[in-house]
Amino acid sequence: MKKFARRTLFYSLLIGIWFLLAKLKIWPPYVFPDPKGVVENMWAGFADHSFWIAIGVSMKRMLEGYAISVVLGMILGFGVASSKFLEETMGGLLVSLQSLPSICWLPLAVLWFGLTEKAILFVVVMGSLLSVTIAMEDGRKQMPKIFGMAGRNLGARGFKLFWYVLLPASLPYIVSGLKQGWAFAWRSLISGEMIFVSLGLGQLLMMGRDLNDMSQVIAVMILIIGIGYIVDGLVFKTIERRLQHKWGLALGT
Amino acid sequence: MTTAPQPFSGNHRSALRAGVSRFKPGVAATVLPMPLHETPKVSLCDISLSYKTESGERLLALDRIDLKVKPGEFLCIVGPSGCGKSTLLHLIAGLHQPTSGHVLVDNNLVAKPGTDRILIFQELGLFPWLKVGENVEFGMKMKGISKAERNERVDYYLHLVHLAQFRNSYTHQLSGGMRQRVALARALATEPDVLLMDEPFAALDAQTRDLLHDELERIWAETGRTIIFVTHNVREAVRLGDRVALFSFRPGRIKEDFQIDLPRPRHLEDVTVAKTAAEILSSLREEINKSLEEQYGHEKVR
Repeated sequence: MKKFARRTLFYSLLIGIWFLLAKLKIWPPYVFPDPKGVVENMWAGFADHSFWIAIGVSMKRMLEGYAISVVLGMILGFGVASSKFLEETMGGLLVSLQSLPSICWLPLAVLWFGLTEKAILFVVVMGSLLSVTIAMEDGRKQMPKIFGMAGRNLGARGFKLFWYVLLPASLPYIVSGLKQGWAFAWRSLISGEMIFVSLGLGQLLMMGRDLNDMSQVIAVMILIIGIGYIVDGLVFKTIERRLQHKWGLALGT
Repeated sequence: MTTAPQPFSGNHRSALRAGVSRFKPGVAATVLPMPLHETPKVSLCDISLSYKTESGERLLALDRIDLKVKPGEFLCIVGPSGCGKSTLLHLIAGLHQPTSGHVLVDNNLVAKPGTDRILIFQELGLFPWLKVGENVEFGMKMKGISKAERNERVDYYLHLVHLAQFRNSYTHQLSGGMRQRVALARALATEPDVLLMDEPFAALDAQTRDLLHDELERIWAETGRTIIFVTHNVREAVRLGDRVALFSFRPGRIKEDFQIDLPRPRHLEDVTVAKTAAEILSSLREEINKSLEEQYGHEKVR
């Protein structure tokens, strides 16, 4: 409860300072809006459904792009982890490519796919694929070898071995990587959506800029933070808690 | 004691061992005549294994091992740590291949893992993401056995190891001895002909271990499996085995082969067990000293 009180105090203070700064009118309101304007804008956005539509469209892209990343990343990561040849050749490339900000893929995406859904999807996939791949590779390597041996011993091989043993066995080790991949995908998506009239959250942000409506920009920013927080706090925390319950506190025994 | 349901398949060779049926009269039915030249269940023919160490030199782990195990036999392998006895089990399980020589099971060459031989690892390797029942079910699921039969067999084998009420627990919620029994049930559920056990009771407290010895002996008598049991505890080997093979320290060779004809059921504290163990131990001690000398360089250990 003490923690909650401290937090409430901190955020009230933050909003208070913001309110005061806006009240001082150092900058015109379209450059520095006050909290009230942002709240009103948020309210209006939800009331006329434009925010809901944007969230829906963005989430759909997110799920598609993230799903592709996870599947491809799993194949690549497990491949690199289990083959010395792949590790020596592709391993280094993956690490160096990961240092590339995902927005760098944007010009390429627009050239290849035009101003289409595919271009956004491409940016999302490129933004998260590499971090997912590296997480999968690490997870696969950290996983105790005994599980694979026990699985083979009990007659699992090929795809069955992967699906029923290697994948679940490495899950505790890859879940943080999956979370990171989600965060990267989310960032890439917003930047990808800024390039054209795409109906997503990124485009709402650009629309706010075009209309000189800073309250809308800030409202959308808060929305983006909020969704990121909810996914992290609900989805991934739940997965982690479940894993902990199943495996017990001491992972790997 | 509750009457256990009939096992579902597998050859029940308990009848072949007259000595065993004495303490489990419900199981042995008719006594079959022993064939004169029975094919061994497991034959190790001239097995050698060497590998490269980190420093690049080749190390000979197993040196020309010849060993035959009869169907339904309980063979214990003892030796100092590092003599390659665990490695040998991995070879029989088909998880690794020998450098030379071959492993035969029922006169068939072992080239890959198969559910006719199940290895119980020292560290068990239970799957923590599955419940106890699902762990036991796993091998059967891989074999493609129907859900209904799987269910029935999980039930049967969990009863056999006295864990029926823990079917829906996760493995981390169980004690060491219980986990050990889950591993045993999981291995038995695939109905292997040969059970390979790698120091399974080494990490358990004395009471639990005694209890599991009794249970293992009982289950062996009830199911008639061939068991190859690796341990560094000679007493344990004598208490359980029909035969004890003593391994030498690096490279692993069979130094001596002891037939144990003590009546069953045996107990760890039996005088006869202790006496037989003492004989084997004096032979083993030389090997242990060799291994200690290797580990601690030229310091005198004796």
